Amino acid sequence: MQTKRTIFPNRWLPYGLLAPQLAITLVFFIWPALQAVKSSFEREDPFGFKTTFIWFANYSKLLADPMYLNALWRTLIFAVLVTVIAMGVSLILAVAVNRLLRSGRVYTTLLVWPYAVAPVVAGILWWFMFNPSIGILSYVLGQMGVTWNHRVNADQAMILIVLAASWKQISYNFLFFVAGLQSVPASLSEAAAIDGAGPFKRFWTIVVPLLSPTTFFLLIVNINYAMFDTFGVIDATTSGGPAQSTNILVYKVYADGFLGLNIGSSAAQSVLLMLIVIVLTVVQFRFVERRVQY
Amino acid sequence: MAAIELAGVKKTYPGGAQVIHGIDLAIGDGELVVLVGPSGCGKSTLLRMIAGLETISDGTISIGGAVVNTKEPAERDIAMVFQNYALYPHMTVRGNLEYGLKNRGTPRAEIDARVEAAARTLEISQFLDRKPRQLSGGQRQRVAMGRAIVRQPKAFLFDEPLSNLDAKLRGQMRIEIRRLQRSLGTTSVYVTHDQLEAMTLADRLVVMNGGHIEQVGKPTELYDRPASLFVAGFIGSPPMNLLDVAALQALPGVTLPDALPDGTDIVGIRPDAIILGTAAPGDILLSGTVELIEPVGGESHLYVRVAGLEQAMIIVAQGRSELVEAASLDFALPADALHPFSRATGKRL
Repeated sequence: MQTKRTIFPNRWLPYGLLAPQLAITLVFFIWPALQAVKSSFEREDPFGFKTTFIWFANYSKLLADPMYLNALWRTLIFAVLVTVIAMGVSLILAVAVNRLLRSGRVYTTLLVWPYAVAPVVAGILWWFMFNPSIGILSYVLGQMGVTWNHRVNADQAMILIVLAASWKQISYNFLFFVAGLQSVPASLSEAAAIDGAGPFKRFWTIVVPLLSPTTFFLLIVNINYAMFDTFGVIDATTSGGPAQSTNILVYKVYADGFLGLNIGSSAAQSVLLMLIVIVLTVVQFRFVERRVQY
Repeated sequence: MAAIELAGVKKTYPGGAQVIHGIDLAIGDGELVVLVGPSGCGKSTLLRMIAGLETISDGTISIGGAVVNTKEPAERDIAMVFQNYALYPHMTVRGNLEYGLKNRGTPRAEIDARVEAAARTLEISQFLDRKPRQLSGGQRQRVAMGRAIVRQPKAFLFDEPLSNLDAKLRGQMRIEIRRLQRSLGTTSVYVTHDQLEAMTLADRLVVMNGGHIEQVGKPTELYDRPASLFVAGFIGSPPMNLLDVAALQALPGVTLPDALPDGTDIVGIRPDAIILGTAAPGDILLSGTVELIEPVGGESHLYVRVAGLEQAMIIVAQGRSELVEAASLDFALPADALHPFSRATGKRL
């Protein structure tokens, strides 16, 4: 990483330039986050007249709640599947595009489009295609003898949200993988070819290791995406159902707080979610990053 | 160990651009042949075609008697040293050296023995467990060489391997490459745009221009008897003076030697063949003014402007010249040092 030092003529100018961003972060992130931490220690009556400070009661109740533990398990399945699929498919696409000389740009542009689609719209798109009564894909599956109904089948509901969430993230991963692949010098692959390595061996022993910094970065981004940014997709497709099977943590925060009006529990859940992601990210940086430098 | 033979080799890119126009070249077993020419002359493309990194549009390339046109680079049993070294950055030096042997299923004991031997030859034994980024440019260059010799291939291909080094290191490595190639006796093809490197390394020199071979021969042959204007201008530093015959004859008191072949319209003369001062009978006597003096230590390069001639002439004066800039100078072009060329064909007469 190269660092560039800029000298400002006025010492207040840099602070002024930073101010809007800092203000937005403070008002829309830091302040609500602190509020959430505060709320997580409180119980509020249903009409909002009285709040009681109850220490860790919200947390202990959550951790004993089978519904919450179920959501944790569902989140794990969902995050792992989305990360593996979104990164796997985008790597395959990136490798394919990287082999093209001229038409690569066109494919790159086309493949980035899903990223511009809002999560809710992406969710609705997949919801339509898999709609048990009118969806084209559920019709095709029906022809092949598969009864598709994600409204009653928990596994199919999970498949649906994993597909919708991965599809959106593939574009982003793809861009980074293409850039990563282009920074691997062609002469390395050529040297490996002369050294007797076939295409697959070259890919695994030369390209993949050299791509590892990109892969590592995407791993963190994708896990965060799956845990935080998939609310819209789920809200538009399954709303956590059927029978809580797709009620992942971030959706449960919303459902318990805004639909169930249990602000204290919802706040405690969001604090826990934040902690989980922080711990995951720190662990990855401590133990994985060391291996990806060369 | 193997001879390399190129017959009618052509390269046309899919867009229709032809970069190699029918190359015939036989490289003997154990010979070091240098391909030299300006950028874009096709020398690197030709090397990559021998390596199997570029397809061959027409003609055949054979290594050790077997046509290799459709063979994968790995099957050709050659080793290549790249300009940017192309070391695998995530592997240690040992990993880099081993990679090709491991891919070919060489037994562990033999791998270790060969790596040790190659490391000792190139004096990189103490770096075996380092990563390439922890090495200097010269050390990386050695590792790249090591990766080539450890495989004991039929031929070495060098693609401008020294151009990323500083001048002093380049000189050292050049000598080492020469010594190594001699002691191993491995057929080598070496591509460079540096004519000094080409002259000093080559058993035989191939001068290329615009996808054609201009001349093939021993470095001294090419220097003494360049076959074309291009070779005359490319080989030798400072370059040969190329003088227009008509302009030369128009100068007062100048008569060209009778020995020059008919149709000579350009004569060339090496800067170090020009004699300062008086002349033997039959030599061409010229006088001009010194425009610029470049002292290079043991000799000086004089840029002399002769009235009536388009370009300043370059003269190499031995020792330290007493001359000053703007002084007038008499000098002689010895008749037997003139190279006759035809402007129309660009060839020697």
